[in-house]
Amino acid sequence: MGGEEVLRGITLEVKAGELMVVIGGSGVGKSVLLKHIIGFLRPDSGDVLVDGVSIPNCSRKELYEIRKGYGVVFQSPALLQSLTIEDNVALPLQEHSGFPDDTIREIVRDRLHWVKLRGVERKLPSELSGGMQKRVSLARALVMDPRLMLFDEPATGLDPILTAAIGQLIVDLHARIGFSSIAVTHNMNLAYLIGDRIAMLYNGRIIEVGTPEEIRRSAEPLVQEFIHGIPNEGS
Amino acid sequence: MNLIEKTGGKILDSLQGVGGTIVLLFRGLYWFKTAVKYRVSIFDQMLLCGVESMPVVMVVAIFSGMVVALQTGHELARFQLEGTIGNIVAASICREMGPVFAAIIVAGRVGSAMAAQLGTMKVSEEIDALEAMAINPVRYLVMPRVWALLFMLPILTIFADLVGILGGGMVSRLQIGISYYTFFDGVMNNLEIKDIYVGMVKAVVFGLTIAAVSCYQGLNAKAGARGVGRATTRSLVFSFLSILIFDYFITAIFY
Repeated sequence: MGGEEVLRGITLEVKAGELMVVIGGSGVGKSVLLKHIIGFLRPDSGDVLVDGVSIPNCSRKELYEIRKGYGVVFQSPALLQSLTIEDNVALPLQEHSGFPDDTIREIVRDRLHWVKLRGVERKLPSELSGGMQKRVSLARALVMDPRLMLFDEPATGLDPILTAAIGQLIVDLHARIGFSSIAVTHNMNLAYLIGDRIAMLYNGRIIEVGTPEEIRRSAEPLVQEFIHGIPNEGS
Repeated sequence: MNLIEKTGGKILDSLQGVGGTIVLLFRGLYWFKTAVKYRVSIFDQMLLCGVESMPVVMVVAIFSGMVVALQTGHELARFQLEGTIGNIVAASICREMGPVFAAIIVAGRVGSAMAAQLGTMKVSEEIDALEAMAINPVRYLVMPRVWALLFMLPILTIFADLVGILGGGMVSRLQIGISYYTFFDGVMNNLEIKDIYVGMVKAVVFGLTIAAVSCYQGLNAKAGARGVGRATTRSLVFSFLSILIFDYFITAIFY
C-alpha cells in the first residue's frame, strides 16, 4: 500500500456457514484484508482462496462472476444517492438476474422487510437516517442470496442501541440464510454479539483466534488490552 | 528528490493520465453494445447534457453572431463590402465559434458536473460498491455519458450555428443597415457543405474529449472534498486545453 507493508503473512480460515469477526485497532489493516477478499487489492505474495478459487489469480471477468455470490456492506452505506431505495436494492438483480420487473420489486420488498424497513421504497438515501441507510445497504447485499457476506465496520456511525439492533439483525439473517461471513470491527459488543469466532489482527498478523468466550479469557496481553480499551505502547 | 526526478515524475503522471483517459474513452465506446439495456440512463444523460445546456448555448451563440457582424460590418462598410457580412458571419460561426463555444459551455456546465458526481461517488465508496456487486462502473456510469455527449454536442452545435447566424443577421439589418435578403443570400451562396461537416467533426471530437476527460478525472478523484474539487478543476482545465488543441489540428487537417 504505497510502499507500506500493512498485512504480514496473515493466515485465517473461515468455515462454511461461520460468522467470523476480525477485530483490531484503527489502521491495522482490517479493511485492507476485506479488499483482498473482494479482489480490489492483490497480495504481494500468498493467496486468498474462496471456495477453493484463488482470488488474486482471477481475471476481471472471473472476479465479477465470483462477486455475484458476495454481499458486501461497506463502512459508509455506499448507496447510490441518485437512485431511490427500491432502485438501490434492485440494482444487482436488474444487472444480473434477468428477472421481470414485478419479480424484482417483489424480492426487493421482501429483503426490505427482512431488515425491518417498510414504506421507504420511493425515498432517496438522503431522506433516511444513518441507521436506516445501513439497513438498506444490508438489504442490497442480501438481494442476490449471497454465500459470503463481508461487513466492513457495520457499526460505524451508529449509537449503541442501533449497533445492537444491526448486530441482532445480522445474527437473525445468518440463521435464516446460512451465509458464511467475515465482519471487521473494533466494536467489541458487536463482535461478541455476532461472532461464532473472533480473530484479533495486530501489526499485520492474526495473533489470536477463538470463540467469543475464548477471546474474553485470552492470556494474550494485547488481546486483553484491546478488548478492555487499555492503551498500549504501540497505540 | 532533485529537479530531474520531479520533472520526470510529472511527465510520467501526465502520460499515465492521457493514456488512462484514452483507454477509458474506448472502453466507454465499446460498451455501447449494452445501450438497449441502459437506454434510460443514456436518455437521462442526453437531457442533462443537451437539452438543459441549450438555453446557455443559445444565448452565447446569438451574442457571438451579433459581435462578429458588428465588428466586421463597420470595417466592411468602409470599403462598401457590407454585402459580404453574411459570408463572414456564417463561415466564422459554422467553422469555429459554434462548435468551440458549445463545447466550452458543455465542458464548464456538464463536464465539471460529471467529474464532481463521479468523484463524489468514488470517495463515498459508491464506485467500490458497484464493483463489489459485479457491476462494471465503466459500463454503468461512463458509457451513457460518453454516448450522450457524442450525440448531443453536434446537435447543440447545429442550434448554435443557426442562432449565431440569426444574431448576425439581426445586427446586420438593424445596425449595419443591410437587408435580410442580402445577408442570407451571402450566407447561402458562400457557406460550403465542408464548413458544416468540419464543424460537426469538431463537435464529435470535443464531445468525446469532454466525456472522457471528465469521467477519468472523476473516477480517479482522491479521498475527500478536496480531492473532488481538484478532480473538477482538472477536468475543466484539461477539457478546455484539449478543445483548443484539437480545434487547431482539425482545422489544419481540413483547411
